Amino acid sequence: MSTVAGNLSIGARREPFDAGRIRQDFPILAQRVRGKPLVYLDSAATSQKPRAVIDAVSRYYLEDNANVHRAVHALSERATAAFDAARGKVAGYIGAGEAREIVFVRGTTEGVNLVAQTFGRSRVGAGDEVLITAMEHHSNIVPWQMLCEEKGARLVVAPVDDRGDLVLEELEKRLGARTRILAVTHVSNALGTVNPVKRIVRMAHARDVPVLVDGAQGVPHLPVDVRDLDCDFYAFSGHKLFGPTGIGVLYGKAEHLEAMPPWQGGGDMILSVTFERTIYNRIPHKFEAGTPDMAGVIGLGAAIDWLGSIDLAGAEAHERDLLAYGTARLQEVPGLRIIGTAREKASVLSFVLEDVHPHDIGTILDREGIAIRTGHHCAQPLMQRFGVPATARASLAFYNTRPEIDALVQGLGRVREIFR
Amino acid sequence: MSSDLDDLYQDVILDHGRKPRNFRKLAGATSEVEGMNPLCGDHYRLYVKLDGDKISDLTFEGSGCAISKASASLMTSALKGKTVAEAEETFQRFHAMVVEGDRTQAQGLGKLAVLQGVCDFPTRVKCASLVWHALDSAIHGEQKKVSTE
Repeated sequence: MSTVAGNLSIGARREPFDAGRIRQDFPILAQRVRGKPLVYLDSAATSQKPRAVIDAVSRYYLEDNANVHRAVHALSERATAAFDAARGKVAGYIGAGEAREIVFVRGTTEGVNLVAQTFGRSRVGAGDEVLITAMEHHSNIVPWQMLCEEKGARLVVAPVDDRGDLVLEELEKRLGARTRILAVTHVSNALGTVNPVKRIVRMAHARDVPVLVDGAQGVPHLPVDVRDLDCDFYAFSGHKLFGPTGIGVLYGKAEHLEAMPPWQGGGDMILSVTFERTIYNRIPHKFEAGTPDMAGVIGLGAAIDWLGSIDLAGAEAHERDLLAYGTARLQEVPGLRIIGTAREKASVLSFVLEDVHPHDIGTILDREGIAIRTGHHCAQPLMQRFGVPATARASLAFYNTRPEIDALVQGLGRVREIFR
Repeated sequence: MSSDLDDLYQDVILDHGRKPRNFRKLAGATSEVEGMNPLCGDHYRLYVKLDGDKISDLTFEGSGCAISKASASLMTSALKGKTVAEAEETFQRFHAMVVEGDRTQAQGLGKLAVLQGVCDFPTRVKCASLVWHALDSAIHGEQKKVSTE
């Protein structure tokens, strides 16, 4: 059987972290863009993929592709084994107690929608409240807004301060008798703020309010232990965790998943169907109607295996160093203002540069081979909070280096030259 | 600086981006249309005053990148006092130059020709054409909001 890399023993020969060596695992990073070495500073949008992931996906299609949980033949057996093994790897990676608490979805967005449309729908009624924060991504705003509209409920927003930290006392005040669910991001995609999720969950639970954590930016930067956080739901995307696009994870406490009605109907989510009555499958299958993204799941499993094979503590230390170095270097650029200076931050550097619009910054940097994101980062309410229509955002991963930060700063020099 | 950047960010464009002309709300506008590009956050409001088939005044306000702002500034300067038919013809030429990359159109476009470099930047074409779509909508009274996404 030659499915996932997970069967190879991991950690036996783990070398101390070395960004130069890690970069060799990412074939895409070696290219030149517009005649310059690619400087990829857009990992918060999507991370690049190590060869191990690309190979696992390609090997799956070359050798094992068959529909899972359906057939008795050898290929289906192999595909099913690899698919189910990946669920176990995800559970292990985020500290879930059981693999059946892991529901495969398309991404964080779908995970949030699933919870809003099942758990939320059966829990939230007219006059109730759903609490979110001012730093949420649109994907953790709109599904709740839709639910509130449908139910005649109210969307309540906890504020952030000028640094980009959540104002916890204000959040606590908004946990009221009518609050039915709290949805909060682990790490802000636009500011980099790391929220004290464990503390927030404790606050909410003290008032019997369940918590969904948007982990899209959390999982790629922080060790996550959902049982330690004690959150009720945790959603994240595979493609930001060095895995393939199109696959994501919704963790839910088994007691919730058991009690929730199914979301989409179809194959795989049933035990038996007659025209009179359908008996739904056990969790997590109850929430996985239709043929799943098998290659995506196996690729995500391979990403987790690969993460297990590197010195993650070293990688985190390297990212912290890059953030500190990047912050200091950017502050040297005349007229540059960093948006988001929370006490605890992940490696996201959002900034504005005098009156130069971020989109112009992005175009000029692109001509230097530097990829950053410009715009509102799917967080328009947050942009309004900081009084900017958009920002330029350099988001780092552990495959980035100090010379790449230097290239960014030099590129910003060009921007200033043009807009002098 | 690479040459295509020179071509894109010409002094005239930078000047209009920094000091946009006709940048104000227009009292007595016969129509106003909002134009936005959700991708980058460009957001303008275009005010048109039609006097018969003549555009007697044309102004805008809002925020966005240098390209979208310069395009709005240059467009309002070029089309003020023109007839609707002339404005439409200019729009077609501008569209051919910027969207389709037909630089020969530049000759008939006067000052607007400075925006021809945009055609080499596919991600910026929408910035340059945003207010033009707003104008098109204002003239034909179709919608109050246009989006280039």
